[in-house]
Amino acid sequence: MDKLINDFSIGLFFWQSLVFIILIFLLRRFAWKPILNAVNEREESIEGALKAAEQARQEMESLQASNEAIMKEAREERERILKEARDMKNSIVAEAKETATAEAEKTVAAAKAAIEAEKAAAVAELKNQAAVLSIEVAEKVLGQELSAENKQAAMISKMIDEVKIN
Amino acid sequence: MISKFTAFTAFVGLMFFSVPAAAQDHGHEDTHQEEVHHDDAHHEDAHAVEMHAEDAHGAHADHSEAHGHDEFIPASDTEGRKSVVKETVEHHLADSYDFHIVGPVGFPLPIILFDNGLKVFSSAKFHHGESVAEVDGEHYIIHHSKIYKTDAEGTITYDEHHHPTNEKPLDFSITKNVFMIIFMAVFMFFLFRGVAKTYENSLVPSKAGRFLEPLIVFIRDEIAIPNIGEKHYKRYMSFLLTIFFFIWFLNLAGMTPLGVNVTGNIAVTVSLALMTFFITQFSGKKDYWMHIFWMPGVPVLLRPVLAVIELIGLVVKPFSLTIRLYANMLAGHVVIMSILGLIYIFASYVAAVPFMGLTLFLSVLELLVAALQAYIFTMLASLYFGAAVEEHDHH
Repeated sequence: MDKLINDFSIGLFFWQSLVFIILIFLLRRFAWKPILNAVNEREESIEGALKAAEQARQEMESLQASNEAIMKEAREERERILKEARDMKNSIVAEAKETATAEAEKTVAAAKAAIEAEKAAAVAELKNQAAVLSIEVAEKVLGQELSAENKQAAMISKMIDEVKIN
Repeated sequence: MISKFTAFTAFVGLMFFSVPAAAQDHGHEDTHQEEVHHDDAHHEDAHAVEMHAEDAHGAHADHSEAHGHDEFIPASDTEGRKSVVKETVEHHLADSYDFHIVGPVGFPLPIILFDNGLKVFSSAKFHHGESVAEVDGEHYIIHHSKIYKTDAEGTITYDEHHHPTNEKPLDFSITKNVFMIIFMAVFMFFLFRGVAKTYENSLVPSKAGRFLEPLIVFIRDEIAIPNIGEKHYKRYMSFLLTIFFFIWFLNLAGMTPLGVNVTGNIAVTVSLALMTFFITQFSGKKDYWMHIFWMPGVPVLLRPVLAVIELIGLVVKPFSLTIRLYANMLAGHVVIMSILGLIYIFASYVAAVPFMGLTLFLSVLELLVAALQAYIFTMLASLYFGAAVEEHDHH
Protein backbone atom coordinates (compact mmCIF):
# COMPACT_ATOMS: atom_id res chain seq x y z
CA MET A 1 0.00 0.00 0.00
CA ASP A 2 2.87 2.30 0.87
CA LYS A 3 4.42 1.54 -2.48
CA LEU A 4 1.11 2.18 -4.24
CA ILE A 5 0.74 5.59 -2.64
CA ASN A 6 4.36 6.40 -3.34
CA ASP A 7 3.93 5.40 -6.99
CA PHE A 8 0.88 7.59 -7.38
CA SER A 9 1.72 10.70 -9.32
CA ILE A 10 -0.72 13.60 -9.30
CA GLY A 11 0.70 14.93 -12.54
CA LEU A 12 0.20 11.68 -14.39
CA PHE A 13 -3.28 11.36 -12.92
CA PHE A 14 -4.13 14.85 -14.10
CA TRP A 15 -2.81 14.36 -17.62
CA GLN A 16 -4.36 10.93 -17.96
CA SER A 17 -7.79 12.22 -16.90
CA LEU A 18 -7.57 15.30 -19.07
CA VAL A 19 -6.35 13.50 -22.18
CA PHE A 20 -8.80 10.68 -21.72
CA ILE A 21 -11.83 12.94 -21.31
CA ILE A 22 -10.81 14.96 -24.36
CA LEU A 23 -10.26 11.72 -26.23
CA ILE A 24 -13.74 10.47 -25.33
CA PHE A 25 -15.39 13.63 -26.62
CA LEU A 26 -13.27 13.80 -29.76
CA LEU A 27 -13.82 10.17 -30.61
CA ARG A 28 -17.51 10.43 -29.86
CA ARG A 29 -17.83 13.30 -32.27
CA PHE A 30 -15.51 12.07 -35.01
CA ALA A 31 -15.45 8.30 -34.71
CA TRP A 32 -17.93 6.44 -32.56
CA LYS A 33 -21.05 8.24 -33.70
CA PRO A 34 -20.34 7.94 -37.44
CA ILE A 35 -19.15 4.37 -37.07
CA LEU A 36 -22.07 3.22 -34.94
CA ASN A 37 -24.52 5.06 -37.15
CA ALA A 38 -23.05 3.44 -40.23
CA VAL A 39 -23.14 0.03 -38.61
CA ASN A 40 -26.73 0.58 -37.49
CA GLU A 41 -27.73 1.85 -40.88
CA ARG A 42 -26.16 -1.13 -42.57
CA GLU A 43 -27.75 -3.53 -40.13
CA GLU A 44 -31.10 -1.92 -40.71
CA SER A 45 -30.70 -2.08 -44.46
CA ILE A 46 -29.68 -5.72 -44.25
CA GLU A 47 -32.59 -6.42 -41.99
CA GLY A 48 -34.91 -4.57 -44.37
CA ALA A 49 -33.57 -6.51 -47.32
CA LEU A 50 -33.99 -9.77 -45.46
CA LYS A 51 -37.51 -8.83 -44.48
CA ALA A 52 -38.36 -7.89 -48.06
CA ALA A 53 -36.94 -11.17 -49.28
CA GLU A 54 -38.95 -13.03 -46.71
CA GLN A 55 -42.07 -11.14 -47.71
CA ALA A 56 -41.46 -11.91 -51.37
CA ARG A 57 -40.98 -15.54 -50.52
CA GLN A 58 -44.21 -15.58 -48.57
CA GLU A 59 -46.02 -13.87 -51.40
CA MET A 60 -44.66 -16.43 -53.81
CA GLU A 61 -45.79 -19.14 -51.51
CA SER A 62 -49.26 -17.73 -51.19
CA LEU A 63 -49.40 -17.26 -54.95
CA GLN A 64 -48.36 -20.83 -55.46
CA ALA A 65 -50.90 -21.95 -52.95
CA SER A 66 -53.67 -20.02 -54.67
CA ASN A 67 -52.56 -21.39 -58.03
CA GLU A 68 -52.75 -24.84 -56.65
CA ALA A 69 -56.19 -24.14 -55.21
CA ILE A 70 -57.41 -22.91 -58.58
CA MET A 71 -55.97 -25.96 -60.29
CA LYS A 72 -57.59 -28.18 -57.74
CA GLU A 73 -60.91 -26.44 -58.21
CA ALA A 74 -60.65 -26.80 -61.98
CA ARG A 75 -59.84 -30.45 -61.62
CA GLU A 76 -62.82 -30.92 -59.34
CA GLU A 77 -65.04 -29.02 -61.77
CA ARG A 78 -63.92 -31.25 -64.58
CA GLU A 79 -64.52 -34.33 -62.48
CA ARG A 80 -67.96 -33.05 -61.59
CA ILE A 81 -68.85 -32.29 -65.20
CA LEU A 82 -67.62 -35.62 -66.36
CA LYS A 83 -69.55 -37.34 -63.62
CA GLU A 84 -72.66 -35.43 -64.51
CA ALA A 85 -72.24 -36.37 -68.14
CA ARG A 86 -71.74 -39.97 -67.22
CA ASP A 87 -74.79 -39.92 -64.99
CA MET A 88 -76.85 -38.27 -67.68
CA LYS A 89 -75.73 -40.82 -70.20
CA ASN A 90 -76.57 -43.64 -67.86
CA SER A 91 -79.95 -42.25 -67.04
CA ILE A 92 -80.76 -41.68 -70.72
CA VAL A 93 -79.70 -45.16 -71.61
CA ALA A 94 -81.70 -46.57 -68.76
CA GLU A 95 -84.72 -44.54 -69.69
CA ALA A 96 -84.45 -45.60 -73.30
CA LYS A 97 -84.14 -49.17 -72.19
CA GLU A 98 -87.19 -48.87 -70.06
CA THR A 99 -89.19 -47.22 -72.77
CA ALA A 100 -88.08 -49.85 -75.26
CA THR A 101 -88.95 -52.64 -72.88
CA ALA A 102 -92.32 -51.16 -72.15
CA GLU A 103 -92.93 -50.63 -75.83
CA ALA A 104 -91.90 -54.18 -76.64
CA GLU A 105 -94.00 -55.52 -73.84
CA LYS A 106 -96.97 -53.54 -75.06
CA THR A 107 -96.41 -54.85 -78.60
CA VAL A 108 -96.04 -58.40 -77.37
CA ALA A 109 -99.12 -58.00 -75.26
CA ALA A 110 -101.04 -56.61 -78.22
CA ALA A 111 -99.75 -59.40 -80.41
CA LYS A 112 -100.67 -61.92 -77.78
CA ALA A 113 -104.12 -60.44 -77.51
CA ALA A 114 -104.51 -60.46 -81.27
CA ILE A 115 -103.27 -64.03 -81.43
CA GLU A 116 -105.66 -64.98 -78.68
CA ALA A 117 -108.46 -63.28 -80.49
CA GLU A 118 -107.48 -64.91 -83.76
CA LYS A 119 -107.18 -68.19 -82.03
CA ALA A 120 -110.52 -67.83 -80.40
CA ALA A 121 -112.02 -66.87 -83.71
CA ALA A 122 -110.31 -69.76 -85.37
CA VAL A 123 -111.47 -72.14 -82.68
CA ALA A 124 -114.96 -70.80 -83.02
CA GLU A 125 -114.70 -71.12 -86.78
CA LEU A 126 -113.31 -74.58 -86.42
CA LYS A 127 -116.06 -75.50 -84.07
CA ASN A 128 -118.62 -74.22 -86.47
CA GLN A 129 -116.93 -75.99 -89.34
CA ALA A 130 -116.69 -79.09 -87.22
CA ALA A 131 -120.30 -78.83 -86.40
CA VAL A 132 -121.20 -78.35 -90.06
CA LEU A 133 -118.85 -81.10 -91.03
CA SER A 134 -120.27 -83.32 -88.35
CA ILE A 135 -123.70 -82.67 -89.58
CA GLU A 136 -122.65 -83.40 -93.14
CA VAL A 137 -120.85 -86.47 -92.05
CA ALA A 138 -123.74 -87.46 -90.00
CA GLU A 139 -126.07 -86.92 -92.89
CA LYS A 140 -123.81 -88.93 -95.19
CA VAL A 141 -123.25 -91.62 -92.67
CA LEU A 142 -126.80 -91.70 -91.76
CA GLY A 143 -127.69 -91.83 -95.27
CA GLN A 144 -125.10 -94.45 -96.28
CA GLU A 145 -124.37 -96.48 -93.34
CA LEU A 146 -127.43 -96.63 -91.44
CA SER A 147 -128.23 -99.65 -93.40
CA ALA A 148 -125.53 -101.64 -91.88
CA GLU A 149 -125.70 -101.47 -88.22
CA ASN A 150 -122.15 -102.38 -87.48
CA LYS A 151 -120.88 -100.10 -90.06
CA GLN A 152 -122.83 -97.39 -88.38
CA ALA A 153 -121.19 -98.01 -85.09
CA ALA A 154 -117.77 -98.19 -86.61
CA MET A 155 -118.42 -95.08 -88.44
CA ILE A 156 -119.61 -93.25 -85.33
CA SER A 157 -116.65 -94.30 -83.26
CA LYS A 158 -114.30 -93.41 -86.07
CA MET A 159 -115.92 -90.04 -86.29
CA ILE A 160 -115.73 -89.49 -82.64
CA ASP A 161 -112.02 -90.35 -82.64
CA GLU A 162 -111.36 -87.92 -85.34
CA VAL A 163 -113.25 -85.27 -83.48
CA LYS A 164 -111.15 -85.88 -80.39
CA ILE A 165 -108.02 -85.49 -82.34
CA ASN A 166 -109.20 -82.18 -83.45
CA MET B 1 -9.42 -21.36 -19.46
CA ILE B 2 -9.63 -17.58 -19.31
CA SER B 3 -10.34 -17.55 -15.61
CA LYS B 4 -7.24 -19.70 -15.06
CA PHE B 5 -5.12 -17.14 -16.83
CA THR B 6 -6.50 -14.30 -14.78
CA ALA B 7 -6.02 -16.29 -11.64
CA PHE B 8 -2.45 -16.93 -12.71
CA THR B 9 -1.71 -13.31 -13.44
CA ALA B 10 -3.45 -12.17 -10.29
CA PHE B 11 -1.34 -14.65 -8.35
CA VAL B 12 1.82 -13.35 -9.93
CA GLY B 13 0.60 -9.84 -9.19
CA LEU B 14 0.14 -10.67 -5.54
CA MET B 15 3.60 -12.19 -5.46
CA PHE B 16 4.93 -8.94 -6.75
CA PHE B 17 3.20 -6.98 -4.04
CA SER B 18 4.60 -9.11 -1.30
CA VAL B 19 8.14 -9.34 -2.68
CA PRO B 20 9.02 -5.64 -2.71
CA ALA B 21 7.34 -5.20 0.65
CA ALA B 22 9.57 -7.86 2.09
CA ALA B 23 12.55 -6.61 0.17
CA GLN B 24 12.08 -3.05 1.30
CA ASP B 25 13.94 -3.69 4.53
CA HIS B 26 16.89 -5.07 2.65
CA GLY B 27 16.82 -2.29 0.15
CA HIS B 28 19.24 -0.21 2.12
CA GLU B 29 21.75 -2.96 2.49
CA ASP B 30 21.51 -3.77 -1.17
CA THR B 31 22.34 -0.26 -2.20
CA HIS B 32 25.29 -0.23 0.15
CA GLN B 33 26.47 -3.45 -1.40
CA GLU B 34 26.08 -1.84 -4.78
CA GLU B 35 28.28 1.00 -3.73
CA VAL B 36 31.16 -1.36 -3.32
CA HIS B 37 30.93 -2.43 -6.92
CA HIS B 38 30.28 1.04 -8.12
CA ASP B 39 33.32 2.73 -6.93
CA ASP B 40 32.09 6.20 -7.68
CA ALA B 41 34.61 8.97 -7.99
CA HIS B 42 32.94 11.49 -5.67
CA HIS B 43 33.72 11.26 -2.00
CA GLU B 44 32.68 14.57 -0.52
CA ASP B 45 29.48 14.16 1.40
CA ALA B 46 28.30 10.81 2.70
CA HIS B 47 24.68 11.47 1.83
CA ALA B 48 25.46 12.97 -1.51
CA VAL B 49 27.70 10.08 -2.42
CA GLU B 50 25.04 7.61 -1.60
CA MET B 51 22.57 9.48 -3.69
CA HIS B 52 24.91 9.80 -6.61
CA ALA B 53 25.79 6.18 -6.45
CA GLU B 54 22.19 5.13 -6.49
CA ASP B 55 21.17 7.40 -9.28
CA ALA B 56 24.17 6.63 -11.39
CA HIS B 57 23.45 3.02 -10.77
CA GLY B 58 19.79 3.37 -11.78
CA ALA B 59 20.81 4.99 -15.01
CA HIS B 60 23.42 2.35 -15.69
CA ALA B 61 20.99 -0.44 -15.01
CA ASP B 62 18.59 1.11 -17.44
CA HIS B 63 21.14 1.33 -20.15
CA SER B 64 23.01 -1.79 -19.28
CA GLU B 65 21.99 -3.77 -22.38
CA ALA B 66 22.95 -1.00 -24.74
CA HIS B 67 25.95 0.60 -23.08
CA GLY B 68 27.49 -2.57 -21.86
CA HIS B 69 28.71 -2.44 -18.29
CA ASP B 70 30.91 0.32 -17.26
CA GLU B 71 31.31 -1.69 -14.11
CA PHE B 72 31.55 -5.40 -14.68
CA ILE B 73 29.99 -7.56 -12.02
CA PRO B 74 31.52 -11.04 -12.11
CA ALA B 75 29.12 -13.93 -12.73
CA SER B 76 30.13 -15.43 -9.38
CA ASP B 77 28.60 -12.42 -7.59
CA THR B 78 25.00 -13.61 -7.86
CA GLU B 79 23.74 -11.18 -5.23
CA GLY B 80 25.24 -8.24 -7.07
CA ARG B 81 23.72 -9.33 -10.33
CA LYS B 82 20.37 -9.95 -8.67
CA SER B 83 20.22 -6.40 -7.39
CA VAL B 84 21.14 -5.12 -10.85
CA VAL B 85 18.21 -7.07 -12.30
CA LYS B 86 15.92 -5.84 -9.54
CA GLU B 87 16.89 -2.22 -10.14
CA THR B 88 16.55 -2.64 -13.90
CA VAL B 89 13.07 -4.07 -13.53
CA GLU B 90 12.02 -1.34 -11.12
CA HIS B 91 13.46 1.34 -13.31
CA HIS B 92 11.64 -0.01 -16.37
CA LEU B 93 8.35 -0.07 -14.53
CA ALA B 94 8.68 3.42 -13.16
CA ASP B 95 7.73 6.51 -15.08
CA SER B 96 10.59 8.51 -16.50
CA TYR B 97 11.29 12.10 -17.40
CA ASP B 98 12.84 11.33 -20.75
CA PHE B 99 11.92 8.92 -23.50
CA HIS B 100 14.74 6.48 -23.83
CA ILE B 101 14.46 4.22 -26.87
CA VAL B 102 17.67 2.27 -27.29
CA GLY B 103 21.31 2.95 -26.43
CA PRO B 104 21.99 6.65 -26.73
CA VAL B 105 18.81 7.16 -28.80
CA GLY B 106 16.02 8.95 -27.01
CA PHE B 107 14.67 12.40 -26.41
CA PRO B 108 14.06 14.62 -23.40
CA LEU B 109 10.54 15.59 -22.40
CA PRO B 110 9.24 18.84 -20.93
CA ILE B 111 9.24 19.20 -17.17
CA ILE B 112 6.38 21.27 -15.79
CA LEU B 113 6.60 22.21 -12.12
CA PHE B 114 4.47 24.42 -9.93
CA ASP B 115 6.90 25.71 -7.36
CA ASN B 116 6.58 29.42 -6.64
CA GLY B 117 5.17 29.85 -10.08
CA LEU B 118 5.14 27.74 -13.20
CA LYS B 119 8.49 26.32 -14.25
CA VAL B 120 8.83 24.65 -17.61
CA PHE B 121 12.13 23.26 -18.82
CA SER B 122 13.55 20.32 -20.72
CA SER B 123 14.42 17.13 -18.90
CA ALA B 124 17.75 17.27 -20.71
CA LYS B 125 18.83 19.48 -17.81
CA PHE B 126 18.91 16.43 -15.58
CA HIS B 127 21.23 14.54 -17.93
CA HIS B 128 19.25 11.32 -17.60
CA GLY B 129 18.79 11.95 -13.89
CA GLU B 130 22.51 12.08 -13.31
CA SER B 131 22.81 15.73 -12.38
CA VAL B 132 21.05 18.53 -10.56
CA ALA B 133 18.93 20.86 -12.68
CA GLU B 134 18.99 24.54 -11.82
CA VAL B 135 15.98 26.60 -12.87
CA ASP B 136 15.38 30.20 -11.79
CA GLY B 137 17.63 29.75 -8.79
CA GLU B 138 15.91 26.58 -7.62
CA HIS B 139 17.63 23.20 -7.73
CA TYR B 140 15.87 19.98 -8.58
CA ILE B 141 17.00 16.40 -8.65
CA ILE B 142 15.46 13.14 -9.80
CA HIS B 143 15.52 10.45 -7.17
CA HIS B 144 13.80 7.13 -7.88
CA SER B 145 11.86 8.64 -10.77
CA LYS B 146 10.56 11.56 -8.71
CA ILE B 147 11.62 15.18 -8.73
CA TYR B 148 12.76 16.68 -5.40
CA LYS B 149 13.93 20.11 -4.47
CA THR B 150 17.54 20.14 -3.49
CA ASP B 151 20.57 22.40 -3.21
CA ALA B 152 23.38 22.95 -5.67
CA GLU B 153 25.16 19.74 -4.52
CA GLY B 154 22.04 17.62 -4.90
CA THR B 155 21.78 16.74 -1.21
CA ILE B 156 18.99 14.41 -0.27
CA THR B 157 18.08 13.81 3.35
CA TYR B 158 16.29 10.66 4.47
CA ASP B 159 13.98 9.75 7.29
CA GLU B 160 14.36 6.49 9.21
CA HIS B 161 12.42 4.54 6.51
CA HIS B 162 14.89 5.64 3.87
CA HIS B 163 12.29 7.95 2.33
CA PRO B 164 13.62 11.29 1.13
CA THR B 165 12.44 14.20 3.27
CA ASN B 166 13.19 16.79 0.60
CA GLU B 167 10.30 18.93 -0.54
CA LYS B 168 8.50 17.69 -3.68
CA PRO B 169 7.33 20.38 -6.11
CA LEU B 170 3.90 19.98 -7.69
CA ASP B 171 4.87 17.98 -10.73
CA PHE B 172 2.81 18.16 -13.94
CA SER B 173 5.63 17.13 -16.23
CA ILE B 174 5.05 15.47 -19.55
CA THR B 175 6.69 12.25 -18.46
CA LYS B 176 7.20 9.20 -20.64
CA ASN B 177 3.81 7.87 -19.57
CA VAL B 178 2.05 11.16 -20.24
CA PHE B 179 3.80 11.29 -23.58
CA MET B 180 2.57 7.77 -24.39
CA ILE B 181 -0.97 8.66 -23.29
CA ILE B 182 -1.01 11.71 -25.54
CA PHE B 183 0.60 9.75 -28.35
CA MET B 184 -1.96 6.97 -28.00
CA ALA B 185 -4.83 9.46 -27.87
CA VAL B 186 -3.64 11.06 -31.10
CA PHE B 187 -3.09 7.66 -32.67
CA MET B 188 -6.56 6.50 -31.67
CA PHE B 189 -8.12 9.71 -32.88
CA PHE B 190 -6.63 9.38 -36.36
CA LEU B 191 -7.17 5.63 -36.51
CA PHE B 192 -10.85 5.71 -35.63
CA ARG B 193 -11.57 8.91 -37.51
CA GLY B 194 -10.05 7.14 -40.51
CA VAL B 195 -12.31 4.18 -39.93
CA ALA B 196 -15.31 6.49 -39.58
CA LYS B 197 -14.42 8.19 -42.85
CA THR B 198 -14.47 4.94 -44.82
CA TYR B 199 -18.16 4.69 -44.04
CA GLU B 200 -18.91 7.89 -45.89
CA ASN B 201 -18.60 6.17 -49.24
CA SER B 202 -19.93 2.75 -48.45
CA LEU B 203 -21.55 1.02 -45.54
CA VAL B 204 -19.08 -1.82 -45.86
CA PRO B 205 -15.93 -1.33 -43.75
CA SER B 206 -12.58 -1.23 -45.47
CA LYS B 207 -8.95 -1.19 -44.39
CA ALA B 208 -8.53 -1.05 -40.61
CA GLY B 209 -12.29 -0.95 -40.21
CA ARG B 210 -12.51 -4.55 -41.31
CA PHE B 211 -10.59 -5.55 -38.24
CA LEU B 212 -11.88 -2.90 -35.84
CA GLU B 213 -15.54 -2.96 -36.73
CA PRO B 214 -16.13 -6.49 -35.42
CA LEU B 215 -14.56 -5.39 -32.13
CA ILE B 216 -16.77 -2.31 -31.97
CA VAL B 217 -19.80 -4.44 -32.72
CA PHE B 218 -18.62 -6.98 -30.15
CA ILE B 219 -18.46 -4.30 -27.47
CA ARG B 220 -21.90 -3.11 -28.42
CA ASP B 221 -23.58 -6.52 -28.72
CA GLU B 222 -21.72 -8.59 -26.16
CA ILE B 223 -20.76 -6.05 -23.52
CA ALA B 224 -22.97 -2.96 -23.62
CA ILE B 225 -26.39 -4.28 -24.61
CA PRO B 226 -26.49 -7.39 -22.38
CA ASN B 227 -25.24 -5.47 -19.32
CA ILE B 228 -26.82 -2.05 -19.69
CA GLY B 229 -29.86 -2.91 -21.70
CA GLU B 230 -31.24 -1.94 -25.07
CA LYS B 231 -32.78 1.23 -23.66
CA HIS B 232 -29.79 3.02 -22.15
CA TYR B 233 -26.66 1.50 -23.70
CA LYS B 234 -26.18 4.17 -26.35
CA ARG B 235 -25.19 6.86 -23.84
CA TYR B 236 -22.28 4.75 -22.61
CA MET B 237 -20.94 3.48 -25.91
CA SER B 238 -18.43 6.31 -26.36
CA PHE B 239 -16.93 5.72 -22.95
CA LEU B 240 -16.87 1.94 -23.26
CA LEU B 241 -15.34 1.95 -26.73
CA THR B 242 -12.76 4.55 -25.83
CA ILE B 243 -11.73 2.83 -22.62
CA PHE B 244 -11.54 -0.59 -24.26
CA PHE B 245 -9.30 0.49 -27.10
CA PHE B 246 -7.31 2.84 -24.88
CA ILE B 247 -6.48 0.12 -22.36
CA TRP B 248 -5.91 -2.50 -25.02
CA PHE B 249 -3.60 -0.37 -27.16
CA LEU B 250 -1.63 0.83 -24.15
CA ASN B 251 -1.34 -2.74 -22.90
CA LEU B 252 0.01 -3.70 -26.29
CA ALA B 253 2.36 -0.71 -26.28
CA GLY B 254 3.66 -2.13 -23.01
CA MET B 255 4.65 -5.27 -24.91
CA THR B 256 7.04 -3.33 -27.10
CA PRO B 257 10.67 -3.07 -26.04
CA LEU B 258 10.15 0.66 -25.43
CA GLY B 259 9.39 -0.18 -21.83
CA VAL B 260 6.17 1.77 -21.58
CA ASN B 261 4.16 0.77 -18.58
CA VAL B 262 1.17 3.10 -18.70
CA THR B 263 -1.62 0.70 -17.76
CA GLY B 264 0.63 -0.74 -15.07
CA ASN B 265 0.78 2.65 -13.40
CA ILE B 266 -1.49 3.23 -10.44
CA ALA B 267 -2.27 6.86 -11.29
CA VAL B 268 -3.59 5.85 -14.72
CA THR B 269 -5.75 3.02 -13.46
CA VAL B 270 -7.07 5.19 -10.61
CA SER B 271 -8.07 7.79 -13.16
CA LEU B 272 -9.86 5.24 -15.35
CA ALA B 273 -11.60 3.65 -12.38
CA LEU B 274 -12.66 7.01 -10.94
CA MET B 275 -14.20 8.04 -14.25
CA THR B 276 -16.14 4.78 -14.28
CA PHE B 277 -17.17 5.41 -10.69
CA PHE B 278 -18.43 8.95 -11.30
CA ILE B 279 -20.28 8.02 -14.47
CA THR B 280 -21.94 5.19 -12.53
CA GLN B 281 -23.00 7.45 -9.66
CA PHE B 282 -24.22 10.27 -11.88
CA SER B 283 -26.32 7.94 -13.97
CA GLY B 284 -27.73 6.20 -10.89
CA LYS B 285 -31.51 6.13 -11.02
CA LYS B 286 -33.96 6.03 -8.14
CA ASP B 287 -33.91 2.24 -8.10
CA TYR B 288 -30.13 2.20 -7.87
CA TRP B 289 -30.05 4.44 -4.78
CA MET B 290 -32.99 2.59 -3.29
CA HIS B 291 -31.03 -0.63 -3.59
CA ILE B 292 -28.08 0.93 -1.86
CA PHE B 293 -29.72 2.82 0.99
CA TRP B 294 -33.07 1.13 1.52
CA MET B 295 -33.05 -2.31 -0.06
CA PRO B 296 -36.60 -3.28 -0.92
CA GLY B 297 -37.82 -6.78 -0.21
CA VAL B 298 -35.79 -7.36 2.99
CA PRO B 299 -36.82 -6.88 6.63
CA VAL B 300 -36.58 -3.23 7.68
CA LEU B 301 -34.10 -4.03 10.47
CA LEU B 302 -31.68 -5.49 7.95
CA ARG B 303 -31.83 -2.52 5.63
CA PRO B 304 -29.31 -0.26 7.42
CA VAL B 305 -26.89 -3.19 7.61
CA LEU B 306 -27.26 -3.78 3.91
CA ALA B 307 -26.81 -0.07 3.27
CA VAL B 308 -23.44 -0.18 5.00
CA ILE B 309 -22.40 -3.20 2.96
CA GLU B 310 -23.62 -1.59 -0.26
CA LEU B 311 -21.72 1.60 0.52
CA ILE B 312 -18.55 -0.39 1.09
CA GLY B 313 -19.22 -2.12 -2.23
CA LEU B 314 -19.56 1.27 -3.87
CA VAL B 315 -16.03 2.16 -2.87
CA VAL B 316 -14.56 -1.28 -3.43
CA LYS B 317 -15.71 -1.42 -7.04
CA PRO B 318 -13.45 1.33 -8.41
CA PHE B 319 -10.69 0.13 -6.10
CA SER B 320 -10.88 -3.37 -7.55
CA LEU B 321 -10.92 -1.94 -11.08
CA THR B 322 -7.80 0.04 -10.26
CA ILE B 323 -5.86 -2.80 -8.70
CA ARG B 324 -6.93 -5.46 -11.19
CA LEU B 325 -5.63 -3.64 -14.22
CA TYR B 326 -2.59 -2.23 -12.45
CA ALA B 327 -1.49 -5.51 -10.88
CA ASN B 328 -2.11 -7.58 -13.99
CA MET B 329 -0.09 -5.37 -16.28
CA LEU B 330 2.65 -4.76 -13.75
CA ALA B 331 2.91 -8.47 -12.97
CA GLY B 332 3.28 -9.33 -16.64
CA HIS B 333 6.15 -6.90 -17.05
CA VAL B 334 7.84 -8.02 -13.85
CA VAL B 335 7.64 -11.70 -14.74
CA ILE B 336 8.98 -11.24 -18.26
CA MET B 337 11.81 -8.98 -17.19
CA SER B 338 12.71 -11.15 -14.21
CA ILE B 339 12.97 -14.23 -16.39
CA LEU B 340 15.11 -12.36 -18.88
CA GLY B 341 17.15 -11.18 -15.92
CA LEU B 342 17.72 -14.78 -14.87
CA ILE B 343 19.84 -15.26 -17.99
CA TYR B 344 22.11 -12.51 -16.70
CA ILE B 345 22.22 -13.99 -13.22
CA PHE B 346 22.98 -17.52 -14.42
CA ALA B 347 25.47 -16.09 -16.92
CA SER B 348 25.28 -19.16 -19.11
CA TYR B 349 24.26 -19.87 -22.67
CA VAL B 350 22.61 -23.06 -21.45
CA ALA B 351 20.25 -20.96 -19.34
CA ALA B 352 19.61 -18.53 -22.18
CA VAL B 353 17.71 -20.97 -24.39
CA PRO B 354 15.02 -22.17 -21.97
CA PHE B 355 14.57 -18.71 -20.47
CA MET B 356 14.17 -17.17 -23.90
CA GLY B 357 11.57 -19.84 -24.66
CA LEU B 358 9.78 -19.12 -21.41
CA THR B 359 9.87 -15.40 -22.11
CA LEU B 360 8.39 -16.01 -25.54
CA PHE B 361 5.64 -18.11 -24.04
CA LEU B 362 4.90 -15.49 -21.39
CA SER B 363 4.89 -12.77 -24.01
CA VAL B 364 2.21 -14.62 -25.92
CA LEU B 365 0.33 -14.99 -22.67
CA GLU B 366 0.73 -11.27 -22.06
CA LEU B 367 -0.75 -10.54 -25.48
CA LEU B 368 -3.82 -12.43 -24.35
CA VAL B 369 -3.84 -10.70 -20.97
CA ALA B 370 -3.55 -7.32 -22.72
CA ALA B 371 -6.83 -7.94 -24.55
CA LEU B 372 -8.39 -9.73 -21.61
CA GLN B 373 -7.79 -6.90 -19.14
CA ALA B 374 -9.22 -4.36 -21.56
CA TYR B 375 -12.23 -6.61 -21.98
CA ILE B 376 -12.67 -7.14 -18.25
CA PHE B 377 -12.42 -3.44 -17.47
CA THR B 378 -14.98 -2.59 -20.14
CA MET B 379 -17.19 -5.46 -19.07
CA LEU B 380 -17.19 -4.44 -15.39
CA ALA B 381 -17.73 -0.78 -16.25
CA SER B 382 -20.78 -1.66 -18.31
CA LEU B 383 -21.96 -3.95 -15.52
CA TYR B 384 -21.81 -1.03 -13.07
CA PHE B 385 -23.56 1.29 -15.51
CA GLY B 386 -26.18 -1.39 -16.03
CA ALA B 387 -26.80 -1.61 -12.29
CA ALA B 388 -27.09 2.18 -12.11
CA VAL B 389 -29.71 2.53 -14.82
CA GLU B 390 -31.60 -0.66 -14.11
CA GLU B 391 -35.31 -0.21 -13.49
CA HIS B 392 -37.08 -2.83 -11.45
CA ASP B 393 -40.71 -3.62 -11.89
CA HIS B 394 -41.44 -4.59 -8.30
CA HIS B 395 -42.70 -1.11 -7.40
